[in-house]
Amino acid sequence: MSVLVDSDTRVVVQGITGGEGKFHAEQMMDYGTNVVAGAVPGKGGQEVNGVPVYDTVHEAAREEDADASVVFVPPAFAGDAVFEALDAPLDLVVAITEGIPTQDMAKVNKRLSEVDTRLIGPNCPGIITPGESKLGILPGNIFESGEVGLVSRSGTLTYQVVDNLTSRGIGQTTAIGIGGDPIIGTDFIDALELFENDPDTKAVVMCGEIGGEDEEEAAQFIAENMDTPVAGFIAGRTAPPGKRMGHAGAIVSGSGTGTAESKINALNDAGVPVGDTPNEVADHIEDFL
Amino acid sequence: MRLHEYQAKSVFADAGIPTPDATLASSVDEVVEAAEDIGYPVAVKAQVHVGGRGKAGGIKLAESRDEAEQVADEILGMDLKGYHVDRVLVEEAVDFVNELYVGVTMDRGEGKPVAMVSTKGGVDIESVAEETPDAIAREHIDPAFGMHPYQARKVVYDAGVPRELARDVASVLQTMYQLWDDRDASEVEINPLMVTDDDEIIAADAVMNIDDDALFRQQELAEMEEETFEDDLERKASEYGFDYVRLSGNVGIIGNGAGLVMTTLDLVDYYGGEPANFLDIGGGAKAERVANALDMVFSDENVDAVVFNIFGGITRGDEVAKGINSALEQFDEIPKPVVVRLAGTNAEEGREILNDELVTVEETLEDAVQRTVEYSEEEAQ
Repeated sequence: MSVLVDSDTRVVVQGITGGEGKFHAEQMMDYGTNVVAGAVPGKGGQEVNGVPVYDTVHEAAREEDADASVVFVPPAFAGDAVFEALDAPLDLVVAITEGIPTQDMAKVNKRLSEVDTRLIGPNCPGIITPGESKLGILPGNIFESGEVGLVSRSGTLTYQVVDNLTSRGIGQTTAIGIGGDPIIGTDFIDALELFENDPDTKAVVMCGEIGGEDEEEAAQFIAENMDTPVAGFIAGRTAPPGKRMGHAGAIVSGSGTGTAESKINALNDAGVPVGDTPNEVADHIEDFL
Repeated sequence: MRLHEYQAKSVFADAGIPTPDATLASSVDEVVEAAEDIGYPVAVKAQVHVGGRGKAGGIKLAESRDEAEQVADEILGMDLKGYHVDRVLVEEAVDFVNELYVGVTMDRGEGKPVAMVSTKGGVDIESVAEETPDAIAREHIDPAFGMHPYQARKVVYDAGVPRELARDVASVLQTMYQLWDDRDASEVEINPLMVTDDDEIIAADAVMNIDDDALFRQQELAEMEEETFEDDLERKASEYGFDYVRLSGNVGIIGNGAGLVMTTLDLVDYYGGEPANFLDIGGGAKAERVANALDMVFSDENVDAVVFNIFGGITRGDEVAKGINSALEQFDEIPKPVVVRLAGTNAEEGREILNDELVTVEETLEDAVQRTVEYSEEEAQ
């Protein structure tokens, strides 16, 4: 079992004729993802890797009965591409694009509150249900089907933790990279709720980082609403205040919230053990199973 | 991108927000000339991107020609929290009876812009926010509709701004939101918005930060950017296009992906070392970019050893290995020990390509970090 995506998910790749879109559409199909269409304005009628391309997402969804999309559209046009997918409408949109202007995302965020579509990202590695389907850029070979759900703000950190799990034989139900931007669609609480309601997810890993207060809020949610055990990791313990550490969202304001320490304390108070190293996170998960 | 005070004020003034008479000056003579034109007293204000300029001695009043000369001499050329001051704004010192705070920023928790007004302007608004949050009135704005005039009035009245000023302050706030929206700002702020004894309001400071990701459609503002770097390494990082932050330790750190690089820093600290930098080469880096990263970290004199931590998704291990080899083969003697950990896409191919005589290869993140910390300790002795 899994959350959000499985082998039945029918996927449109927005931007499939671009370099990234083409490469990763192929990677996704190799993994087994059911990529049914591409959508690129002006490129309708073409084929990429045997997949039909349509001018609009609406047309792709209608003709190919698609229910999800992955967005590989350049930042200047990505906000519009997400709006298009919400309007199609699709059930799930995964936005990989990094560098979408924040005000565009604020408008997308407003629209999300009015529709039933779920957005993952932007600036994220995507989502994978091992052995069934991946929507995004995650390296499929490190994942293994199993009982642990994973949610993370960082792509490469996700890979690291998954590697620590898989190497000791601990597989995953679904891994969700929610992205490192200040305004994102699916957040920690949304993902934790999905895992809590998934009977096959026996434990959850939550990887956070400095900046914002999402981890603190997630800790409260875990304490109040979750029976499934959660182990955590927080990146950025050594980050100096006021400096932006790569991710647009990863900055410590200097006012005491958003620091690694405040996040670790909040998680510990909620009964969530936090690993000092990614390997220790796997230790905690092993104890839960 | 953060605008300097003088730039933000010119944007504000063009939009119709009242600002004091002011001139930019870069020499003592220019300061005196400007002060004579404007009329005493004047404020002389360092134009550097540093918070708390006043407390740090970067803003001073001058009531006469002699004083103008003296404070210009003190401020021009001074080192303000690591930044060299080479320009000052010479500004009419406004006589005020009251100071307000007005701002628009993004509430990331809500995913919406928020307008804020407080009658406790002029002081450290961050500590007001922390100690007496109720002293700041807030109004969230629907980004799809923009700020309605009633919302500007509501937040101004909620803040307790005196009735005779409310109309003008609401108008300033409305203009600020329009700037925020039109210019892709992440923050627009006036603190203090001064109130004179005849109920005029005037922006005595101005903050405007623009979303870097939106600069492609804000050409006019992008052209105002004046690169100011704390040191040559940060300049180099900007030229190479790296996310780079210099730190105080001696372990150089290169990796891909912000979260994993931060984790590498944390592990260096965990195993008793001290990170010298944060350097994210980003996704899908090719050999040349990898070589540039090594060049950067080698040119930091404080670095005693370097760890390369790559977990490839988009990034390919063989490309990284080629970059490391080509960077190191230029040297007769490797300047500092380099430890490499490659995982993920094409990691095995990468490990086969890596020249073992030039680098130490480790399988796991933990081993790589521990080995690097050991090297850094040996080198430091």
